[in-house]
Amino acid sequence: MSKSRTKKPSPTRGPVPTAAARAVVDHGFIPVRAKLIEVAAFLDRAERHAIADDFRVAALRDAAELLVDGKPERARRILEQLSDPTTEPEAVSSGKAALGAWRPAAPATAKK
Amino acid sequence: MRYIEPHGHMVSRTTDDYQAMVTAGCVAVCEPAFWAGFDRGSVSGFRDYYRQLTEYEPARAAKFLLPHFSWLCLNPKESEDLALARDVLAMIPEFLDRPNVLGIGEIGLNRNTRNEMTVLERHVELAVQHDQLILVHTPHLEDKLKGTNLILDLLSSHRGVKPERVIIDHVEEHTIQRVLDRGFWAGITLYPDSKSSPPRAVDMLEICGRERIWMNSACDWGVSDPLAVPKTALEMRRRGHSADFVDAVLFRNPHRFLSQCPKFKIAESPAG
Repeated sequence: MSKSRTKKPSPTRGPVPTAAARAVVDHGFIPVRAKLIEVAAFLDRAERHAIADDFRVAALRDAAELLVDGKPERARRILEQLSDPTTEPEAVSSGKAALGAWRPAAPATAKK
Repeated sequence: MRYIEPHGHMVSRTTDDYQAMVTAGCVAVCEPAFWAGFDRGSVSGFRDYYRQLTEYEPARAAKFLLPHFSWLCLNPKESEDLALARDVLAMIPEFLDRPNVLGIGEIGLNRNTRNEMTVLERHVELAVQHDQLILVHTPHLEDKLKGTNLILDLLSSHRGVKPERVIIDHVEEHTIQRVLDRGFWAGITLYPDSKSSPPRAVDMLEICGRERIWMNSACDWGVSDPLAVPKTALEMRRRGHSADFVDAVLFRNPHRFLSQCPKFKIAESPAG
């Protein structure tokens, strides 16, 4: 008998047609298995190239902990954890592209 | 199967994509104004783009018997130049009476800056003054949650904005419910690497219900799939959702929202 090493998942709300519940795993497992291995390989790669302390890699490691905490709404909680938690508009734009993980603005350094 | 593509940047796509979309069951496509990948430098540059959206692109789509509609604005990525934005917005009313123009969009925020907020406020005022539908872009990645909250607060505080005439696009699991709770429509965008995948989109339907939600590919010049909407129908059917459920989400919902503009007329009717 197999034994899961993670916390037992909580029941979630929402009506999934029961006849097709099996299809959620039958069609979803292989693509998601591949993505999980991509995550693992990415973290390995970042360590091998000595860039694992990049704030985005660190954010990914922290977010991955939510996958196995046994609580529901993992997608929502991971998205929130990666989000900018501030509430006021930015004074100036830091560029057109977002980065995928939030990093606090660096404190201004005193000019000589 | 029939579906409406309510958000596709077709000027960036090849003609092959029109053929593939119609073959897959697309019965109408709607094109919001977008960023060109570089900042346009003058009002005349925007005027030419609006002519493309209201003259050339509908003619290109018509070769495949596909009705083409458009939305007009200055994209949030170009909102930092307030003087140019003011002049472009002053020109937009020249085009609002064009037969394929549905409203103002996609307006919104990109990096959640003060200048972007200023230009968003001006766009909302323009839409209210001219009784236009509104299509809102929410920011990318780590900026989405904060930007969505700023946008919802701005729209909710404007007495002239009717939530049922506004769609907030690119929602994800952390923003969809707050958009629906405020009475707005929510758009789920299906992208290969960001926003939502077809399985996650169907998850959101199962959790939040199917009312006031549409789906789109937002296909543009970046990594995107103009057939993402019909591919999501396959995900729905695999999970046991009925053909009527698919039709409600992919055709009747966008038809209901878009029909609030009297110019949105297509041969297909909600009754089928």
